[in-house]
Amino acid sequence: MSAYLKLDHICKTFRRGSVENDVLRDINLTIEKGEIVSMIGHSGCGKSTLLNLIAGLTKVTSGAVLLEDREVNAPGPERAVVFQNHSLLPWLTVYENVALAVNKVFGAQKSRGERKDWIEHNLDLVQMTHAKDRRPSEISGGMKQRVGIARALAMEPKILLLDEPFGALDALTRAHLQDSVMQIHATLKNTMIMITHDVDEAVLLSDRIVMMTNGPSATIGDVALVKLERPRHRLELVSDRDYIAAREAVLKFLYERHRFVEAA
Amino acid sequence: MSLSAVTSKSEDATPSPVKILPLNVARPGAGSRQFRRFGQALVNNFVPPIICAAILLLIWQIAFGRAGATLPAPTVVWKEASDLIIDPFFRNGPQDIGLGWRTLTSLQRVGIGFSLASAVGILVGAIVGQSIWAMRGLDPIFQILRTVPPLAWLPISLAAFRDSQPSAIFVIFITSIWPILINTAVGVRNIPQDYRNVAQVLRLNHFEFFWKIMMPSAAPYIFTGLRIGIGLAWLAIVAAEMLTGGVGIGFFIWDAWNSSRLPDIVVALFYIGAVGFVLDRIVGFIGHLVARGA
Repeated sequence: MSAYLKLDHICKTFRRGSVENDVLRDINLTIEKGEIVSMIGHSGCGKSTLLNLIAGLTKVTSGAVLLEDREVNAPGPERAVVFQNHSLLPWLTVYENVALAVNKVFGAQKSRGERKDWIEHNLDLVQMTHAKDRRPSEISGGMKQRVGIARALAMEPKILLLDEPFGALDALTRAHLQDSVMQIHATLKNTMIMITHDVDEAVLLSDRIVMMTNGPSATIGDVALVKLERPRHRLELVSDRDYIAAREAVLKFLYERHRFVEAA
Repeated sequence: MSLSAVTSKSEDATPSPVKILPLNVARPGAGSRQFRRFGQALVNNFVPPIICAAILLLIWQIAFGRAGATLPAPTVVWKEASDLIIDPFFRNGPQDIGLGWRTLTSLQRVGIGFSLASAVGILVGAIVGQSIWAMRGLDPIFQILRTVPPLAWLPISLAAFRDSQPSAIFVIFITSIWPILINTAVGVRNIPQDYRNVAQVLRLNHFEFFWKIMMPSAAPYIFTGLRIGIGLAWLAIVAAEMLTGGVGIGFFIWDAWNSSRLPDIVVALFYIGAVGFVLDRIVGFIGHLVARGA
């Protein structure tokens, strides 16, 4: 009963007028400290809703999200979110975007100099120091997402929530950023929940893959364990038996057991 | 645009076999080329308006130049009101002062009224934009009040303040506040959900949210409102001063009309137009600076 993060019988119903829309039903999951868990499922299965529930941006209809045995029902910096579309503030430079988070979260604990060092340290972690004085409109999509990750990491979250972080990027940039995430995880050992619809990405990055059934009233269909040693290298994994097995399990779940009928 | 076309054409015209020569020549000539470019831009921007103005003046002269014309021709304006044109800041007595002084008095009233309108308009607009209930309840009321002409407010404000100076300022305030308020509310309503999520995750309080997210995000809308507002304020002050009297460009026109000094009125119209233009450009320029990143 001392899981790091516990999702306890979560249900979510959206109500518009008299129309009720069951999105999530009876979600139970525990996540250990330092784990990377992916959530995968067809579009519309409510995985983004689930992430928003954990982040506190949406309220649960019933059930609870427990972080270190404490219920969380409002957003906060200890559950930092890397948003799908980076959500950097366009009027601030890269540095100022991270500074906004650092000054808010550590304004009381750290001195001005310490905060500056901390901002620069986090930009360095995602290799964005060279562009710290540029505005989001002046850098590429991959760079924006790096800054988004730096901003989230700079809050020193207990859990990092990534909402399809690389969905809008091209394959090469995506691979690059996946490597960065693995490196960061190797150094910081942070706990991460990642939404994705890329099977390879899920297998490569995660310790467990949570597979969601199709909505409405989606729930967790199955959880696949990925028993691969870290550090993982994508080239070596291509022919690895465990990798192929995990990949097959996810693909079978998505395309045999829970085919997305409406998708044409 | 046309300038770069000209320079590139001259480069194309140099004989192609001698490729190094034009490069060497270009360096000492760079300063003069820049100067020429500047001169060209000056010519492009200022010659057409000057020519058009001259043509309009000519038409005006022809139309009203004959004897017995109801309005003064440009030459008459110049002959009878050149003192007003040449020296805006003379003082010959308490009521005989340059138009520059009168304009400044009017600008001061506009300044006070418009500043109040901006502060109140942005603040109330932010609140209205944040709350769906306030938007539903107040928006129709604002839309009705917005269409009331500036001068219709004057009797009521005279009755309330019993003095012309605060009444004039109130008319400015009530005229220019609506576009500022409504635009701010729309701007705040259009803040992307992403930015709100970021603010929520960071737990920004209302004050931080207002300064760090709301103001920069809604800045383009707010400045559109401010620009419309300053234009309306300048429209309203002239009308209000005509009725309230005192020192000011509006009263000057009314006074000139009563003493049949038509050329003076013409000069005053040019002052009003020029000042209105400058005010609009100043607000537009500030808005451009502020919204640069967004």
